[in-house]
Amino acid sequence: MARRRGFDVTRLPGFATIAILCFVLLYAPIVLLVIFSFNESVSVSEWQGLSLRWYRSALENEQVQAATVRSVVIASAASLIATAAAVGAALATTRTRPWRGQTLAFALVNQPLMVPEVVTAVALLFFFSMIKVATGYTGLWYLIVAHAAFCIPFAYLPVRARLQGMDLTLEQAAADLYATPWQVFRRVTLPQLWPGILAGAMLAFVISLDDVVITEFVKSAGQDTLPTYMLGQLRRAVTPEINAISTALLVVSVVLVMAFFFLSRPRT
Amino acid sequence: MIEIDRVTKVFGAGAEAFRALDAVNVTIRQNEFFTLLGPSGCGKTTLLRVMAGFVDPTEGAVTLEGDDLLRLAPYERPVNTVFQSYALFPHMTVAENIGFGLEMQGRPRDEVRRTVGEMLELVRMSELADRRTSEISGGQQQRVALARALAPRPRVLLLDEPLSALDFKLRKDMQLELKRLQSETGITFIFVTHDQEEALTMSDRIAVMNEGAIRQIGSPRDIYDHPAERFVADFIGDTNFLEAELLSKEEARAEVRLASGAAVTARAAEGGAEAGAVTLAIRPEHADLAPEGEGLLPGRLSDVVYFGTDTHFHVDLDAGGRFVVRRQNTPDRAEARAPGERVAVRFGARVGQVLRD
Repeated sequence: MARRRGFDVTRLPGFATIAILCFVLLYAPIVLLVIFSFNESVSVSEWQGLSLRWYRSALENEQVQAATVRSVVIASAASLIATAAAVGAALATTRTRPWRGQTLAFALVNQPLMVPEVVTAVALLFFFSMIKVATGYTGLWYLIVAHAAFCIPFAYLPVRARLQGMDLTLEQAAADLYATPWQVFRRVTLPQLWPGILAGAMLAFVISLDDVVITEFVKSAGQDTLPTYMLGQLRRAVTPEINAISTALLVVSVVLVMAFFFLSRPRT
Repeated sequence: MIEIDRVTKVFGAGAEAFRALDAVNVTIRQNEFFTLLGPSGCGKTTLLRVMAGFVDPTEGAVTLEGDDLLRLAPYERPVNTVFQSYALFPHMTVAENIGFGLEMQGRPRDEVRRTVGEMLELVRMSELADRRTSEISGGQQQRVALARALAPRPRVLLLDEPLSALDFKLRKDMQLELKRLQSETGITFIFVTHDQEEALTMSDRIAVMNEGAIRQIGSPRDIYDHPAERFVADFIGDTNFLEAELLSKEEARAEVRLASGAAVTARAAEGGAEAGAVTLAIRPEHADLAPEGEGLLPGRLSDVVYFGTDTHFHVDLDAGGRFVVRRQNTPDRAEARAPGERVAVRFGARVGQVLRD
């Protein structure tokens, strides 16, 4: 007897063609980029043989070094701040009695996902320039705070998902066994929340590392991060060094994103 | 002694309000194995959660040895719970789970270690002390949950259907084990279950609950032999219900006339009618078959069902209705009765129970 099945998208005509086309469009350029990062040639598009020349060149480039350090400092600080804020927000939207404005708070926390980035960037530019005038401070903290702000939803969502998936009776059991609310959090909630927190922090780190738009608007002179440095280079002479840096960034992102998926996997 | 005084819990509000507990009154004695028995949704778990502190009652008072419990947060109450799902901490070992309550109470390290050792021995889990809770079986998790709740020596242990996830054989063992633990520790156990057999085997006293109220409180024998109302008689065990006329009543002793015209002495539940039409409840094994003309209720045997340990005789009564008689099987007693035979049902004086409703 033929069994009736539900709607099966994979049986539609042309499904395989479209799927393959999508994957090719997504990954072929990246594959090419990676291949050409090992190119000996000075030209970006002409192959002249295998070499690590551009990796060496990028490593020795002091501007690249400075931008890399700056990127890592900003991403580390921003993801730390964003994750701490996200954990607080996630607890407040899952571990409390429903309160007025909870949905609004949820929307506000996730606002950076919805508002066009360039709008936030312009707004921050004005806001920070006012502060700069008032205080005279022109350091890295503007970038760190800006990055922390748009990283919050990326850290918030995995933490919240983890909290919602956790068995509430565990926390009740701890309270039943004389643990104060703080001890319940420290001894029972937090240890189980760690994978979510780590996942959120890593996602925030990658998002910060990758940001161009907001950084471009907010940064002061001499505060290039790796992506804005690369953008600046493209405006001048394009060298395969960019390919090498991109490939290195790609590896870091892929490793972190894979770790994220591994950590946010539901427990079996 | 726990005193629950007119405890009411209403969930929701307006048209959607649900009265989970309706003015529940009960006093649970020190060192008692007390069971809250009832169908799902009857409020037994809500009552347990009120005592543990996870549910605030809408009205009423709960005291332990005269101290107001409702004033205290869950972590301040000398009451521990064994959860239905066990709720063992997955990131801790068996021993760490058992020691958690003691540690939170701030007991010294070597006292914690000693008590954990004693508890492991008490539930026979000493060899598995360093295992993760995911590495042990369901029955073992159950024992860890028990040991964890007993370790801080609570005044009262609350057990929320702790045996329901175990298979039949293990459940039987754990019933005996729980009874043993209760008598060895001397802690008051309040046990919630929907399983009447579990309630009858383990309890000192049972409170039968339905629709947010306690319908009857008594010893297992009391509840089984003398159910006060139709719900209790029906929920616990099998029962024959007979329409009868109450002739006279004096304390718990009632004279009733059955539909067949025969008169018999029965017990009467407290409250209820003083005269007129009543319902009489008789357990199948409390009645017997007699030759036609000798019993109280003549009828025709319609079915004989063999169950291994006993045999059920279904009798269609001449006065209407069906009556089941249950008789223990013994190898020397050959049952010669066959469906279609004329018989009579008989039962002794004070066997039938006049119900309140």
